Amino acid sequence: MAVAQDTVERSVRNGVPLEYATADGELKIAGFWLFLSTDLLLFACLFSTYAILRTNTVGGPTGAQLFDIPGFTTETFALLTSSFTCGLATHEMRRGNRAALIAWLAVTVLLGLVFIGFELDEFISYATHGAAMQRSAFLSAFFTLVGTHGAHVSLGILWMLTVVYQLAVRGITAVTARKVFIVGLYWHFLDIVWVFIFTVVYLTGVLK
Amino acid sequence: MPVSPANLTGHFFVTGDPLIYGADASILLASAAVVFVLTYYKKWRWLWREWLTTVDHKKIGVMYLMAALLMLFRGGVDAILMRTQLMLPNMKFLAAEHYNQIFTTHGTIMILFMAMPLIFAMFNIAVPLQIGARDVAFPYLNAISFWLFFFGAMLLNLSFVIGGSPDAGWTSYPPLAGLGFDRGPGENFYLLALQVSGIGSMATGINFIVTILKMRAPGMTLTKMPLFTWSVLASSILIIYAFPALTAALALLLIDRVAGAHFFTMTQGGNAMMYVNLFWIWGHPEVYIVVLPAFGIFSEVFSTFSGKRIFGYTSMWLSLMTISVLSYFVWVHHFFTMGAGPDVNSFFAVASMAVAIPTGVKVFNWLFTMYRGRIRFTVPMLWALAFIPNFAIGGATGVMLAAAPADYQYHNSYFLIAHFHQVLIGGVVYGMLAGMYYWWPKMFGFKLNERLGRWGFWLFNIGFYVCFMPLYPLGLMGMTRRMYVYPAGLHWALLNLISTIGAYVMGIAFILIVIDVLYSIVRGERDVTGDPWNGRTLEWSLPSPAPHYNFARIPAVASRDAWWAMKEQRADDLNSGRQPEPLQPIHMPKNSGRPFILGVFFFVGGFGAVFGWYLLAALGFVGVLFALLSRALEYDTDYYISVEEIERTETALGRS
Repeated sequence: MAVAQDTVERSVRNGVPLEYATADGELKIAGFWLFLSTDLLLFACLFSTYAILRTNTVGGPTGAQLFDIPGFTTETFALLTSSFTCGLATHEMRRGNRAALIAWLAVTVLLGLVFIGFELDEFISYATHGAAMQRSAFLSAFFTLVGTHGAHVSLGILWMLTVVYQLAVRGITAVTARKVFIVGLYWHFLDIVWVFIFTVVYLTGVLK
Repeated sequence: MPVSPANLTGHFFVTGDPLIYGADASILLASAAVVFVLTYYKKWRWLWREWLTTVDHKKIGVMYLMAALLMLFRGGVDAILMRTQLMLPNMKFLAAEHYNQIFTTHGTIMILFMAMPLIFAMFNIAVPLQIGARDVAFPYLNAISFWLFFFGAMLLNLSFVIGGSPDAGWTSYPPLAGLGFDRGPGENFYLLALQVSGIGSMATGINFIVTILKMRAPGMTLTKMPLFTWSVLASSILIIYAFPALTAALALLLIDRVAGAHFFTMTQGGNAMMYVNLFWIWGHPEVYIVVLPAFGIFSEVFSTFSGKRIFGYTSMWLSLMTISVLSYFVWVHHFFTMGAGPDVNSFFAVASMAVAIPTGVKVFNWLFTMYRGRIRFTVPMLWALAFIPNFAIGGATGVMLAAAPADYQYHNSYFLIAHFHQVLIGGVVYGMLAGMYYWWPKMFGFKLNERLGRWGFWLFNIGFYVCFMPLYPLGLMGMTRRMYVYPAGLHWALLNLISTIGAYVMGIAFILIVIDVLYSIVRGERDVTGDPWNGRTLEWSLPSPAPHYNFARIPAVASRDAWWAMKEQRADDLNSGRQPEPLQPIHMPKNSGRPFILGVFFFVGGFGAVFGWYLLAALGFVGVLFALLSRALEYDTDYYISVEEIERTETALGRS
């Protein structure tokens, strides 16, 4: 591995971030950007399905009746803040501060858990009040769109925990730096998707 | 609705049909034979170490090719059964239900489990070699792609002996494919098998875009890339931006079926046309996904066997990219009859017709490439030549179908069936067979027999016209797709009989091609030069088959047709006595059994979900997560090949 180590040191001296220092890291980051663009299209399909079906409540509850403004606002603040703390983690990684990096990732995970907790609570309360996904096409589309995002966030939490573990064991290397960077990209992406869910589903939903 | 094990006991194994019993018996016999041969010749270890765990793009390409040919056989048998049932009026060979299953699996297999792996075979075999790379960008992911395709295909094929085949057509439209009309597990097999293999296809798309954009040999700018690589780039872009729509469509239908949601149930506010739109937003780009690589192969073949540079290189890649953009704006032409109104239909009609322009550019470029060339009529060249008239007819009938008002007459008639078989067989299958004959010596180190190959080609080509030309008039006479029987007295009988004879001729041609492969394994002309066709691109600069690291030294590229230029240059170099650069250790990925195991977990999870056995489904899902986790924690993933070993290998291959 001597060859690879030389490359890493040279790139870092030349001002290339550690995650881009190896050819492998650069390729994987490029591949992940492409993956994100495909995931964006998956959400686009779910958004368009929701847009088509959102008024088809078939006599069941509407968005305006269901959506709880303090609830989804808290969720939104938790998730947007977690994106900021995730950015701080990357910043600390660039400074080579492992302890602060792990701490900010832990804060990010906690905020993610808060978000998921609120979302689960929301889903359970709808389902137990006669607003499950089997009630109407609107609710099918709602649960699928918001639930797909929630499943992404849950996976992101598990993923971030494995990255934290690797950082604790191995420190900041070209490989772990790439992993932090990529899970960060994923996390910011989910934040952007949520901004659209917040607008298209919740804000539009509570408007008369 | 989940099917509980209790009411399944009677239906788990499909019973009552002699054809299925025959299939059961042949599956058991074939499996027993495979196990026996592997055990008798002590090949299990070899199979695992050399193939099941490989991350080498060349071997993955070979596995894709073998799997695709097997699926071509399965889909072909389906076609023969259907044509036999339609041979004469009032035939009683297949019952309605069985016929529905057969046309469903025929379409699904031919598109997703035959055409897709066949193009992936060509991607893997040729692209890294053409661009001077040692592997794809993500070799491990490449292996995962293959095994997800493979186990997805197994899941779908399992349905016809266990649980029953899907029977709502390859497009699987709700409400027909919804719970109201289709309770059985067959439809779940379709949905889950396509999802599993779809993940693999997406990964392949990403893999090849990164490979092509980031791993080309120094000096090979985008506009010096071989046209096949260009076509793979175009096709991969289409894959990654079209498949998400299929994923969404299938997922929504699955949620409807499994969780009782109402995306597509009209009475609960659902909208079935949403499925149709999502399906074809993927479905139309999909036909370009499979045909663009064929265009790429034709470009290589016409140029090589005319002994000339390709005519109009710039317009060639521009038209590839134009087609990929246009292909996103034509999907509604699959259902003009939805009634979207004149403005919407006009837009999609014009966009569909516009595709003919870049395609026409390509056809003329191929013709001009041959003009005043030294044409060699090899088997790959025959397939390429026969493609041109095929695509001319297929393209013309395509423009006819694209005329929205007229389409109300053609819609879902045999006219349409004839059209899309003409472009898919005449374009994709001809292209891939040309590619198979062309790159076969590179893959295996021997050529396929030309004489047998010509027989196979001519029988297939003649059989094709006999089979499909009668379907155009039959469509205009009112015969619609998916009808399993027709009465006498409609004047359909003669044309149907002719078509069936053509299908049998194509079946014989396929057998001849298989015989060609088997014969050539024993007797084929060995390729000792590595350049049996006097080729123009970098793959022909390597020995056949290429060593596992491909290039001992990464070549420096100065122009298009890099190998041709090097051959012209080489005489000068020999005279000047210049020494080659010293060798460097080569960085390679290690083999891994995990992609295979990951595929098994996906299969287990998918099988559980098909029957609503959620414990089994959860087991598969947890297995997938553990496989991913163990990869994340694996750091020892690659190794270096020493200079001495490279020297040994190169010397053994007659290169130094």
